[in-house]
Amino acid sequence: MSALRLKKGLSKHSAYDLRDPNAEVIESHTLAVIVDNEAGVLARVIGLFSGRGYNIESLTVAEVDHLGHLSRITIVTKGTPQVIEQIKAQLGRIVPVHEVHDLTVEGPSVERELALFKVAGQGDKRIEALRLAEIFRANVVDSTLESFVFEMTGMPQKIDAFADLMRPLGLIEVARTGVAALARGT
Amino acid sequence: MTKSMTGARMVVEALRDQGVEVVFGYPGGAVLPIYDEIFQQNEIRHILVRHEQAAVHAAEGYARSTGKPGVVLVTSGPGATNAVTGLTDALMDSIPIVVLTGQVPTFMIGTDAFQEADTVGITRPCTKHNWLVKDTDRLSETIHKAFHVATTGRPGPVLIDIPKDVQFASGSYTDPRRSEMGHYKPQVKGDIEMITRLVEAMEQARRPIFYTGGGVINSGDAATQLLHELVEATGFPITSTLMGLGAYPASGDKWLGMLGMHGLYEANLAMHGCDLMINLGARFDDRITGRLADFSPNSMKAHVDIDPSSINKVIHVDLPILGDIAHVLEDLLRIWKSRGRKVNRDGLAKWWAKIEDWKKVDCLAYAPSSKTIKPQYALQRLQALTKDHDRYITTEVGQHQMWAAQFLHFDAPKRWMTSGGLGTMGYGFPASIGVQMAHRDALVINVAGEASWLMNMQEMGTAMQFNLPVKQFILNNERLGMVRQWQELLHGERYSHSWSESLPDFVKLAEAFGAKGIQCHDPADLDDAIMEMINHDGPVIFDCLVEKHENCFPMIPSGAPHNEMLLGGADTQDAIGAKGAVMV
Ligand SMILES: Cc1cc2nc3c(=O)[nH]c(=O)nc-3n(C[C@H](O)[C@H](O)[C@H](O)COP(=O)(O)OP(=O)(O)OC[C@H]3O[C@@H](n4cnc5c(N)ncnc54)[C@H](O)[C@@H]3O)c2cc1C
Ligand SMILES: Cc1ncc(C[n+]2csc(CCOP(=O)(O)OP(=O)(O)O)c2C)c(N)n1
Repeated sequence: MSALRLKKGLSKHSAYDLRDPNAEVIESHTLAVIVDNEAGVLARVIGLFSGRGYNIESLTVAEVDHLGHLSRITIVTKGTPQVIEQIKAQLGRIVPVHEVHDLTVEGPSVERELALFKVAGQGDKRIEALRLAEIFRANVVDSTLESFVFEMTGMPQKIDAFADLMRPLGLIEVARTGVAALARGT
Repeated sequence: MTKSMTGARMVVEALRDQGVEVVFGYPGGAVLPIYDEIFQQNEIRHILVRHEQAAVHAAEGYARSTGKPGVVLVTSGPGATNAVTGLTDALMDSIPIVVLTGQVPTFMIGTDAFQEADTVGITRPCTKHNWLVKDTDRLSETIHKAFHVATTGRPGPVLIDIPKDVQFASGSYTDPRRSEMGHYKPQVKGDIEMITRLVEAMEQARRPIFYTGGGVINSGDAATQLLHELVEATGFPITSTLMGLGAYPASGDKWLGMLGMHGLYEANLAMHGCDLMINLGARFDDRITGRLADFSPNSMKAHVDIDPSSINKVIHVDLPILGDIAHVLEDLLRIWKSRGRKVNRDGLAKWWAKIEDWKKVDCLAYAPSSKTIKPQYALQRLQALTKDHDRYITTEVGQHQMWAAQFLHFDAPKRWMTSGGLGTMGYGFPASIGVQMAHRDALVINVAGEASWLMNMQEMGTAMQFNLPVKQFILNNERLGMVRQWQELLHGERYSHSWSESLPDFVKLAEAFGAKGIQCHDPADLDDAIMEMINHDGPVIFDCLVEKHENCFPMIPSGAPHNEMLLGGADTQDAIGAKGAVMV
């Protein structure tokens, strides 16, 4: 213990220390990154994650401010608290990055994802698929005699759950947008 | 008033407005319009290197020895790819460099055109930022912004890729004052509350230490002056990383020498045993920390750094202070003085007594020889014979680099140029050329190993052409010495491919370029030979034949804590366990 009787520094895990990296808690965080909408900016962000060995669970990007040429990148990532801090600091140092928000710690937020499901089937399976879609508030956006395309918006977990239910009923294709997220309130 | 001109003219105009005096470069098809403009003016000097990697290292040497950004101009494709090692080196060591590359015309990008390479793609991870300019109207502003990004915050290399049609086309020139710098504005002032807490800790600390790094030199001359004042006023001991040597004078009595893997015993033990560690512009590199779990286990740690990603990256600190060293030290000194300049005198006296004990170990001692030149001896003599000169040292990478850090003394910043983070063999020779370009009358010496030196030996041509009297002081052990040392310690003395065979006759090599060559193998002749090198007005290759199997000590084996250090004469057989062997 420090002679100063102050909280002493903790030495944390690193690649040079052959401890099990899984021994520390892995957290999932949703980050909102506001960037200049210029060529190569997404490559910089993705390159940072692959180059430094960080995880990307989900990533969405679109221009959100046409006049200011700003895009919003929403990234869901996993890591130890120290790695999450590094990810934020590393993102913040990319020159065209304006702001980095950690929606997971900055207060309550809403997260939504949009998904499209193509389900093919006949008879009871087709009726069951339609019934479940109603319960999940999924819309039918295309239908043929053998198939439906459902559209659904919700938390990623809800989309996972719906996909699990559709699989035995003839799910053949899924398209997901990845998570979009905003802090609640003003 | 906006002026209309071609893109190529704009490049030269923008460089001039940025105060650039020297450009290191190599021409090719995609930069011919810019070379044509360079031909038609006399303000900016162009130094023709013999390989683009060398252009970047020369620019690094220029930058590190002046505090100004270094500028490089190369062609597309192979010109750009040859620059990649230099860019990575500059990124790792936080050196401000602006690299201009030519590119195939915009309408040919993506067609696998002749000498096309995805330069911004390739250099994205090895630059602080890079730009592909597709519109001549944006070119001058982009260049001004590039200088801003390279030199502010944590400095680093930037690259601007300029297609050939953009160089030919006309556009309007924007001067630096009117250029839009964007939102990039790093924070320089530290948080006053945190600084005050650091002052409180300094007042109480019984075993404090300053651990300084390259960031002090990056910050500039004000930072080194303030550091000096702070160290003298508090009486705290100070150590530095390889990158920070010279920020505090080696002749100062608070100086403990370099720390880390090949650092001094007293510096490493003081780091291990301190109760307050004040990190100023150093990044807790793995050459410093050794085994993280045992790194300075009982200390409170403060870290002043301009880059948020450096703080808490590998070592968790108690007092993080985000800001520029000079700004933070100014506030720190003011607050410490206003609170009565307090330090824990009793604690400090005991702490110094302990440090004096550690110093008695004399960790740099080596077995002298009257028959062969010991590399340490060569550097001691070089130090003694050059210390009163206006002297700049560059190095290559290996044992000689570590011995140079241990045995040469630096009393001022920006006098020591070495490749620390990337450890690039081949750095030192071109860097010495860049340094000499900035300091025409100074004594510039590259302390080299023969293997590293061969990696950029083509630069003899550059040194001769531009009358740059750089001294290449080669400690020739006919071995890849640092590799050989690790094989001795880690791989059962199986010396796989770690010797230099078919070496040239360095004296003849010098003569072939029209330079002077000196060879020395007898310790008795060494002083005269070094004096001959110093007194020769022109480039010299000094082939110093040294002991072939000398090991560099002290050494903290990878993965070991600071207090488990190997000293000279230690039993080196299997000194590093299996756990250490997987690390680099
Ligand atoms: C063979 C070999 C052996 C080596 N052995 C050793 C060894 O024994 N000991 C040793 O020390 N090194 C050694 N090194 C070098 C080592 O690899 C690192 O390069 C070095 O330790 C890093 O130095 P630094 O911590 O000062 O950081 P730098 O790389 O110099 O980084 C500077 C830090 O300061 C910050 N900064 C920059 N500007 C400012 C500013 N204006 N204000 C505030 N902060 C700023 C940056 O953000 C960064 O965090 C060795 C290298 C080689 C090749
Ligand atoms: C470009 C490059 N390749 C390989 C290495 C690995 N390496 C580090 S030191 C060294 C040997 C250097 O030998 P020399 O220049 O003769 O110096 P010495 O260690 O003998 O003083 C090698 C191969 C490196 N650092 N850089």
